Amino acid sequence: MVISSLKETGEYRRMTDMTQPKMIRDATTANAVKTGEPVVAGNKTVGNVRCANPFMVAENINVYYGDNHAIKDVTLEFAKNQVIALIGPSGCGKSTFLRCLNRMNDSIDSARVTGTITLDGQDIYSKDLDPVALRARVGMVFQKPNPFPKSIYDNVAYGPRIHGLANDRAELDDIVHTSLERAGLLKEVKDRLDEPGTGLSGGQQQRLCIARTIAVNPEVILMDEPCSALDPIATARIEDLMDELSENYAIVIVTHSMQQAARVSRRVAYFHLGHLIEVDDTDKIFTNPQHKLTDDYVTGRIG
Amino acid sequence: MQSGIQSSRARVEAGLGRRRRREIIFRVFGLAATMVGVFFLVAFFSTLIAKGSSAFVQTFLQLEVEYSEEALAPGGELDLEFADFDGIARAALRKKFSEVTTRNDRRELNRLISVGAGYQIRDAVISNPNLLGTTGMLEVPASANVDMLLKGNIDRDVPESQRPLSDQQIEWIDQLIADGSLVSKFNKALFVNGDSREPELAGIRGALMGSFYMLLITIALAFPIGAAAAIYLEEFAPKNRWADLIEVNINNLAAVPSIVFGLLGLAVFINWIGIPRSAPLVGGLVLSLLTLPVIIIAARAAIKAVPPSIREAAFGLGASKMQVVFHHVLPLAMPGMLTGAIIGMSRALGESAPLLMIGMVAFIVDVPASITDPATALPVQIYLWADSPERAFAERTSAAIIVLLGFLLLMNLAAVILRKKVERRW
Ligand SMILES: Nc1ncnc2c1ncn2[C@@H]1O[C@H](COP(=O)(O)OP(=O)(O)OP(=O)(O)O)[C@@H](O)[C@H]1O
Ligand SMILES: [Mg+2]
Repeated sequence: MVISSLKETGEYRRMTDMTQPKMIRDATTANAVKTGEPVVAGNKTVGNVRCANPFMVAENINVYYGDNHAIKDVTLEFAKNQVIALIGPSGCGKSTFLRCLNRMNDSIDSARVTGTITLDGQDIYSKDLDPVALRARVGMVFQKPNPFPKSIYDNVAYGPRIHGLANDRAELDDIVHTSLERAGLLKEVKDRLDEPGTGLSGGQQQRLCIARTIAVNPEVILMDEPCSALDPIATARIEDLMDELSENYAIVIVTHSMQQAARVSRRVAYFHLGHLIEVDDTDKIFTNPQHKLTDDYVTGRIG
Repeated sequence: MQSGIQSSRARVEAGLGRRRRREIIFRVFGLAATMVGVFFLVAFFSTLIAKGSSAFVQTFLQLEVEYSEEALAPGGELDLEFADFDGIARAALRKKFSEVTTRNDRRELNRLISVGAGYQIRDAVISNPNLLGTTGMLEVPASANVDMLLKGNIDRDVPESQRPLSDQQIEWIDQLIADGSLVSKFNKALFVNGDSREPELAGIRGALMGSFYMLLITIALAFPIGAAAAIYLEEFAPKNRWADLIEVNINNLAAVPSIVFGLLGLAVFINWIGIPRSAPLVGGLVLSLLTLPVIIIAARAAIKAVPPSIREAAFGLGASKMQVVFHHVLPLAMPGMLTGAIIGMSRALGESAPLLMIGMVAFIVDVPASITDPATALPVQIYLWADSPERAFAERTSAAIIVLLGFLLLMNLAAVILRKKVERRW
């Protein structure tokens, strides 16, 4: 409750410094006790998978790696200007589900995806949609910072170059600068754009990867544990960044840190063994989860 | 619990001595192995250089040559057909030994001059007809036996019947040494001449050009084909049973004895397609086949070594497969691919067995001027010379080996430099 009111007033982000997690954890347990043990069990998704003005819709998604049924009948909607966090124990299929959203699973030979995913009403798995065009609209940031072994400038300029987004060098310069600016990196690298991107610190590299992703001007940004290799300060910067970016993009983030989910997301989806167990507003998930498994996970009994 | 930790520590410490001993033993073995390797390498190089370095100098005879019109232009004009160039050279030598009169002695004396002397005089006269009727100093190659005597390869102390030079000839040579007519100079012939029956005239130019043409064909064919195959197999080909089959076959091909490739070349390129025998073109094709598996395997390994995170990053940005491969994978794999290519080239340069099968082992005097002229290759030339009975060919064999190793060294150096250049700094 505290969280949601803060969020509304826009003070939320500033308040969520490094001392915040404890508070949330306390609030969570307190509420769980207050509302009694959640009663729902089983594998049916509880909470609300739908949202107002859905921009991207995943409907009855199943993913198989050979015989391994990794994602089981998952339905979930994503809205613009909103951060949704995917949480769950290791191996539950968060990354797998995330990679369905920009068809990164295409490159895994054994992977098979069924169900439909639409982006702005258009089926992204349809034959006439080129995954290349899709990935320009649905960008991705990976767990480990993976800048190209090229200069900082070329890293950011790569996407616009291959998609022909800039008409001339000046325009390209402009895209590179604004992207770095929005990723909060420009100040640090302004004078060394032609130095290798791999020479930056881990946190800077990850922000470079974010700049590289937003340079293509996508509509959805997928982030798979973007902060797991970063220290708390770099993490805080990237969380700030996500908050800003959510003004323009739909953001889906996979995280193992419930504190992080609480800090950055509006909605949370909890996965367990390939099932989507519960989806709801962030404060609801952490203060009053409906499902027993969710409750166990957020209170630290499994995970 | 505490005692558990204690006993673990005790065990670890008890085992430490044994671990350290094992490490020391391993180090000693490693060092010994390295020393053995270095010893053989040094022994090999030092004997090679000791044997071969003398071939880089050659003994020449300084003669006062009289370009007499009588011998060169019997009909009043220079007549290449009837001109007696050898006679001029002999006459010049005979002038130094007025006491030699009998036919037998004259013949013995003539043997001190190389047959190359006549060619040299002919070339001089052709390039400058004004020499006719004049007299001038000329440096002509001495015969191989003179050269060998001066280099100490013919023993003066063995009985006359057991050495190629008679006592009389040695006496003449000593006279020539005494009056300063015999000089040692850089053996240019070794590098500018083709093969010859006369050791003092034999050179590696023909073999060198043959090898050069073959390597040119090999690199031009094997690298693009190998790289394209590797890229296709690694990046585009479906991973199924066929891919496995191809992979196994390529690996096997790399282990096929090279002479088999020679037989294949003989059957396909010469007998079936009809490319002339002994031509560098056939040799190049055969060596391309030979190096192709090496290049493919190295290139595939290099492509595999490109971190998947780079691919993912590019795919995630919406790069197409082609763009991922050509913008990211290839630049990162290039150093490894080039190394593979150069290793393949080195192997091709040193290969002789398959060339024997396609007729590149013939005695060929002319330096090949194109890829279809008959030619030999450096390693084959070494084989041919090593087979020759003349004492003077032994040192030339070693010299040719030195040149071959020099080229191999140069190629490996080029590989290192190229790799450094292509390799990203980051
Ligand atoms: N490339 C693949 N090939 C085969 N199986 C895979 C592959 N990737 C994932 N899986 C399987 O799919 C299931 C879900 O994996 P996934 O990587 O999506 O989990 P995750 O929730 O992201 O875990 P983590 O939090 O540890 O990253 C796991 O059982 C995993 O073994
Ligand atoms: Mg994952």
